Amino acid sequence: MSATVVNQPQTITLHGRKVVGGYAEGEALVTNDTISGWGGINPMTGTVIETRHELRGQTFKDKILVFPGAKGSSGWSAAFHLTRLTGMAPKAFVFNEMTTKIALGAVVMRIPSVTDLDQDPLQVIETGDWVTVDGDRGIVEVRRLARRG
Amino acid sequence: MQLTDAERGMLDGSQGKAKQKAMDLLIRYGEALGAARFVDTTNVAGVPGYFNPVLLDYYKVTADDAYDVIYSRFDLDSDEVVEVPRMMVNSCALQGGVDAEGWQTLGKSIDALRMSETSEAASAARGIRILKTCTPYLAGNVPLQGEHCAWMESSAVVYCNSVLGARTNTEGRESTSAAMLTGKIPDFGFHRDENRCATHHIKVEVDVASLMDWGMLGYFIGAAVEEHIPVVTGRFSRPELIHHKHFGAAAASSGGVEMYHLVGITPEAATLENALCARSPLAVIPYGKAEQLRTYDELNSKASDSNVDFVMLGCPHAALEQFRQIASLLEGKRVSVNCNLWIFTSRAVKGEADALGYTKVIRAAGGAVLTDTCSSIAQAIPPGTKVAALDSAKQTHYLPAIMGIQAWFGSTADCIDAALTGRWNGRRP
Repeated sequence: MSATVVNQPQTITLHGRKVVGGYAEGEALVTNDTISGWGGINPMTGTVIETRHELRGQTFKDKILVFPGAKGSSGWSAAFHLTRLTGMAPKAFVFNEMTTKIALGAVVMRIPSVTDLDQDPLQVIETGDWVTVDGDRGIVEVRRLARRG
Repeated sequence: MQLTDAERGMLDGSQGKAKQKAMDLLIRYGEALGAARFVDTTNVAGVPGYFNPVLLDYYKVTADDAYDVIYSRFDLDSDEVVEVPRMMVNSCALQGGVDAEGWQTLGKSIDALRMSETSEAASAARGIRILKTCTPYLAGNVPLQGEHCAWMESSAVVYCNSVLGARTNTEGRESTSAAMLTGKIPDFGFHRDENRCATHHIKVEVDVASLMDWGMLGYFIGAAVEEHIPVVTGRFSRPELIHHKHFGAAAASSGGVEMYHLVGITPEAATLENALCARSPLAVIPYGKAEQLRTYDELNSKASDSNVDFVMLGCPHAALEQFRQIASLLEGKRVSVNCNLWIFTSRAVKGEADALGYTKVIRAAGGAVLTDTCSSIAQAIPPGTKVAALDSAKQTHYLPAIMGIQAWFGSTADCIDAALTGRWNGRRP
């Protein structure tokens, strides 16, 4: 990827499908690992706790969480729902794989969420990029940090 | 989404506020999934209205006034509190965090017990069956082939789809609570024929017969196929119910398997071609002696101390035949003073185990029979536990991470031996 990055524009727009409407912007937190809800996150602290997860110990509070999708227990939606109550929720979801766990979780967290994007968000977005998510229109805009190349 | 007149009626509020809020949530959920319509569900398993101190605190309610508030605001994601009526369809409550009889053994407070009993009574008053188990299919709720269900609990979901040929996605707390009130769930995933075909072919090249063998095979397959659908052929003998139970639970925890096919055995796999819906598998994966040993070693990688101070059986909740085996291994013996033995099951199966005298034998040997929960769900182990022995790949996957202890994995006989001697003598297969 790095060789082509130099020639790309500073702002990249991805088009996808609305999962949950609304608008949010913030710093991206990107992982290539799927995320477990119950047993995988601590809803009280907004951190990933799963052993061997690449985000272990990191917080997703107020981040635009960019990830492949959900895995694990059927308590996924309830665990993420609790982060809304504790004020530890991410600002938006951008993800690849639709499942019942992630759809229900996004709905009850009431955060803008987009999937089925025309480019792989895991390839395009890096942790620290400034990302805006327009859930209703299914549009994700990525403003890259000065880096790479 | 396309709505029927009955669904539109519920959304309009003509069936009451609770059904209106439930339909509103289900429509938001169905649209998020991209589903075009609902199916009618006649069998819902969830954790309706359960509450804990965090929820009580957040909604500023006492336990006595909590049920409608928490069911409305958390379960139905409604900003308005509505009165929750009797449920529309066959609904049951799955496992919780406290055993009403064994709460002291579990180290739970009287407050936790009262909270659990209050929530349970409120569910019962609305017609919800209090099964309190991860194995509703062993406690009187056995869906029919083709029946549309809305179930939580990954080990029950995989059993429902694979062994019973009923149809459910892995639902969550909010969707099941809404489905109990409406009898509706989005037409998505496993409700549709085209999504039930096998995608990966697993060729078993080593003998698979015992409960431990099936647990290891499931654990291997889950890691290999993740959330896809395996079809299994080769050297396995016809599984009993408990083998399906441990195999599916393992595959659902190491991966996200929600359905599997065993050729010639499970209802949608008369032949390999049949299970694959005449398509080519995405991958053909062998499971031989090397893979079996690697799985065994991985499951046992979380333990090094051969002194065992805790043996936990019954994940998923023990079936009656497991009680028969455990009681016969314990008959006339004593659990080591250095070890605790806990066996978890449903209230329904415990009633049978009581009647046949198995519970008495286990208690006489110094073991405890507990219901409603398990060590991972209740986050309960005997005080001072450092090393556990388990016969469940699923519990081995979760318990060391959740409780910060070591855990050995082996056969039920290995685990009973550890309980009697306080030492792990399990051997590689």
